[in-house]
Amino acid sequence: MDMTTYRGETLSWSLRDQVFELELHRPPCNEIGSTTLSELEQFVEALGATDEARVLIIYSAEEAGFSAGADLRELYMRSRQMSEQERVAGVRQFLERIHRVMNAIDSAPLTTIAAVHGVTFGGGFELALTCDLIIADKLTRFCFPELRLGLIPGFGGIPRLKRDVGNAVVRDLLLTGRSINATRALAAGLISQVAAEGQVLRLARATAAQIKKFDPTTRAEAKRFIKPIPREELEREIDIFCHLFTRPAVEAGLRKFVERTDPLPYLP
Amino acid sequence: MRSQQQIIDDILNLAAAHFNVPRDELSPDDDFFEKLGIDSLQALELLTRLEHHFHIELPDYELQGVSSFRALAERIWARL
Repeated sequence: MDMTTYRGETLSWSLRDQVFELELHRPPCNEIGSTTLSELEQFVEALGATDEARVLIIYSAEEAGFSAGADLRELYMRSRQMSEQERVAGVRQFLERIHRVMNAIDSAPLTTIAAVHGVTFGGGFELALTCDLIIADKLTRFCFPELRLGLIPGFGGIPRLKRDVGNAVVRDLLLTGRSINATRALAAGLISQVAAEGQVLRLARATAAQIKKFDPTTRAEAKRFIKPIPREELEREIDIFCHLFTRPAVEAGLRKFVERTDPLPYLP
Repeated sequence: MRSQQQIIDDILNLAAAHFNVPRDELSPDDDFFEKLGIDSLQALELLTRLEHHFHIELPDYELQGVSSFRALAERIWARL
């Protein structure tokens, strides 16, 4: 079976000239639910099945942005039909699966680039944070909106953000739930390059072409040395998320988000 | 320092240019969601363009309760 190309419901990938390109294409803004998770698991399998790839670029084909994060509608609808015990077990299982995917991308021996634009929120931001480099369109906005729902980010966001930037930046993003633009993200050291509007994929491909020149073993060793996976904190994050998830305030927050008809669901 | 009127003019010019609405159809007290026909994702785009234009950071929670161009200009003015 050829695992170097795939066209799926929510994402696609191809491997050409030693560069894997993973395209997210689930409208409206790549909300990450069970279908995306399954396809990401397939992608991770494909990633591990070849030693030909040197660079991975993750990008979105959706105009609205890289990803608006977890599919809250699906989460709410599914959890409504479950008992409290089933809800916690279901959420934990989902989080453990998504963490396996995120950890696999994070620790992949090839160099990974998130080429982001527009809305890069919650789980989408967390996916970008697994990558070695983030290159952002100048109109990108980064945000952890989870506290608005009575939750914390659950896809590994806090430990990975903490790994990359100062604790004050983490607290600012987490505790205010505000979004920041690419200029601010660059100043904070969160991203490595800012692209002009519509040019982020071109910049990511140019960066990939440069990265490919280096010896793959040396690159992989350098990455392993400089980018440890914060496993203990990631496990704690799942525990805290599951602990918070069963509270009535969270169900109310999710319901409010899902049932909102005003034009502001992505604003605090 | 820009006056609030200059800020309003800049906002209206920028909104007209990027959301394909004739400039002369926009007024300071218009509801920008309605007038520009934008949703919250596009409002974030407008916010980002305004941040770049005015070289400021405008936390999105400051947009709570703000829907007119004039009120938006007041928020921006407070950060210049």
